[in-house]
Amino acid sequence: MSVQSEGAPAHRPTFAALSARDKLAKSAPFLLLPVLALVGLALIGTWPTWLTLTVSGLAMGMMIFVMASGLTLVFGLMDVINFGHGAFISVGAFVGISVLAGLGDWTGAASLALNIGAVLAAVIAAMAVTGALGWGFERVLVRPVYGAHLRQILVTVGGLIVIEQMIHVVWGPDEIFLTRPEMLKGVTLFAGAAVETYRLLAVVVGLVLFVAMRMVLRRTKIGLIVRAGVQNGEMVEALGYRLRLVFVGTFVAGSALAGLGGVMWGLYQEVITAGMGEEMMILVFVVVIIGGLGSVEGAFIGALLVGLLQNYVAFLAPKLALVSNIGLMTAILMWRPEGMLPVVRAK
Amino acid sequence: MIRLFSGDGPRSTILALILIVIGLALAFAPFLFPGVRALETAARICIFVVLAASYDLLLGYTGIVSFAHTMFFGLGAYGVALASTHMGRGFTALGVGTLAGLAAAVALALVIGLFSLRVRAIFFAMITLAVASAVTVLASQLSAVTGGEDGLVYQIPRALGPAMRLDREIAGVTITGKILNYYVVFAISLVLFLLMLRIVNSPFGRVLQAIRENDFRAEAIGYRVVRYRVTATCLSAGFAALAGSLWAIWLRYVGPGTTLSFEIMLDILLMVVIGGMGTIWGAALGATLMVLAQSYLQNLMALAAGATEALPILSRLLDPDRWLLWLGVLFILSVYFFPTGIVGRLRARAAR
Repeated sequence: MSVQSEGAPAHRPTFAALSARDKLAKSAPFLLLPVLALVGLALIGTWPTWLTLTVSGLAMGMMIFVMASGLTLVFGLMDVINFGHGAFISVGAFVGISVLAGLGDWTGAASLALNIGAVLAAVIAAMAVTGALGWGFERVLVRPVYGAHLRQILVTVGGLIVIEQMIHVVWGPDEIFLTRPEMLKGVTLFAGAAVETYRLLAVVVGLVLFVAMRMVLRRTKIGLIVRAGVQNGEMVEALGYRLRLVFVGTFVAGSALAGLGGVMWGLYQEVITAGMGEEMMILVFVVVIIGGLGSVEGAFIGALLVGLLQNYVAFLAPKLALVSNIGLMTAILMWRPEGMLPVVRAK
Repeated sequence: MIRLFSGDGPRSTILALILIVIGLALAFAPFLFPGVRALETAARICIFVVLAASYDLLLGYTGIVSFAHTMFFGLGAYGVALASTHMGRGFTALGVGTLAGLAAAVALALVIGLFSLRVRAIFFAMITLAVASAVTVLASQLSAVTGGEDGLVYQIPRALGPAMRLDREIAGVTITGKILNYYVVFAISLVLFLLMLRIVNSPFGRVLQAIRENDFRAEAIGYRVVRYRVTATCLSAGFAALAGSLWAIWLRYVGPGTTLSFEIMLDILLMVVIGGMGTIWGAALGATLMVLAQSYLQNLMALAAGATEALPILSRLLDPDRWLLWLGVLFILSVYFFPTGIVGRLRARAAR
């Protein structure tokens, strides 16, 4: 074996340029959002109505994304599909709203700082409880059934029922109505349209979370390991990383995010029920499927699409709103059977 | 006898005894257990045996989890209800409704199956959950057609109603239309049950089991896995729809709560898991046990809750409304510790 010391070999690799068509196919999912928004504008006609609907659609989408992100990553990492994810949404909402109710002085005051403080306290409590619950859930229920999808689905559905029923036992069987903190009530005038203040806040929180999650996944070492684990877990383990630990961490983080989503959704709807998580799970599943199982970006686009479409359709043809999500899912699966941005697995 | 069972007998003496008791009890229910409530329970058992067995075709034999089984059940039930409402009482309405419900269920199953099973079997569980919930919402929202949350009340042929009485007594029981209705339900359930037993023990059923055990290998041997899975889905949906039609004929009422609700879906899951996945007999046993428990154990829970009223948390846990909590716990435990269910356990013991 001779050592080459003359520098780089003579040949120059060139990358074939993508054709315009391929480029379009690659970015098509990202273009769907503006296209949908423009079609919505054309059909709705008036700017303020459209803006109001768009903001509420985006707010809804962001909240769904917060709930869905953990689920899709957990699936990507360990091939675990957690049907009990919805339970964390409900538990988060109940814990958060209980904390808010306890901080009545803060939420009732007309001070933005106190209001935000109360919401923050509620969010932290909810995330702590659901994170801990997620840890227990993984340890007790999910761990014994790795690699067996059928039993995973059955066991996690069982877990969902038990947790939901325990909410009934602890908080009673009735739904709980609530009012938002003083400064988050009412509407804000924004670019010529009246938009609910809380929805703007939800959009901002969702965006910040998405950017933060992307930064963590793209710029940090742990993010690198998670992404690598999604693509080829065995290789990551062979390199000496304890993927199990990473997975448990992701599971806990995903559960905590579901709890956060629950608090946000509860404040959005101003009513919470033990079954809300189960209802949201339907949307979360639609989002995760159309985004491509395991893909965070896909879930983000999917969630915004679902949110926008639902709001537009509810305005244009209220009867159709019930099936709009199923229609969207059908359309996307006909176009890309694996979802919009399927995770490419090295296998 | 074994031929009637398509060569798939109980294969365990204890199991055979239990099944004979169940079979005889159901066959002579109107005479053995007089009273409206007992007859209701017996009819419910017959119908849920078919429903659970049809679900087992999918879960136990093909290894696919579906959450849309109540949707197919509901389609059959609503078919009969709508036909009876619009065509007036009569056997034609029942027939047309049953066939329409059956066709709708099979068509929908085909579409869902083609969409989800083509790519990844795991999509199926999620997509069925989404579609089933959409259908439930539709059924309760489109009140002009489906009667909304209130459901539909309609009339069935007079011969099957409680008002019709024969002037004859058998074993001290006056024969009413209700009893005739029960025997219609019983006979059709029995035929459907034996038909399913035939299907799972046919070469087709063997292929399904091969796919459940190792789909990759089944594909490699040359079976078109997707085609078999979709066929199994359609078959299972069809049987569920027929069970739904029977349910509608028996109840003379159809509503989202009695046909489409997620709770019924859980009941079916539990019946199949407790009885034993992958055996049609298990579905029969599980359905019987579950329906009996539901009809009689809930009263016991009410008593227990009353007795423990002084203890704050315990009485809430034992509240009859928390029935689902205990079902959930039982469900998880049985998936872990009895993956083969009662039938699997008994057969393993007999084989030793």
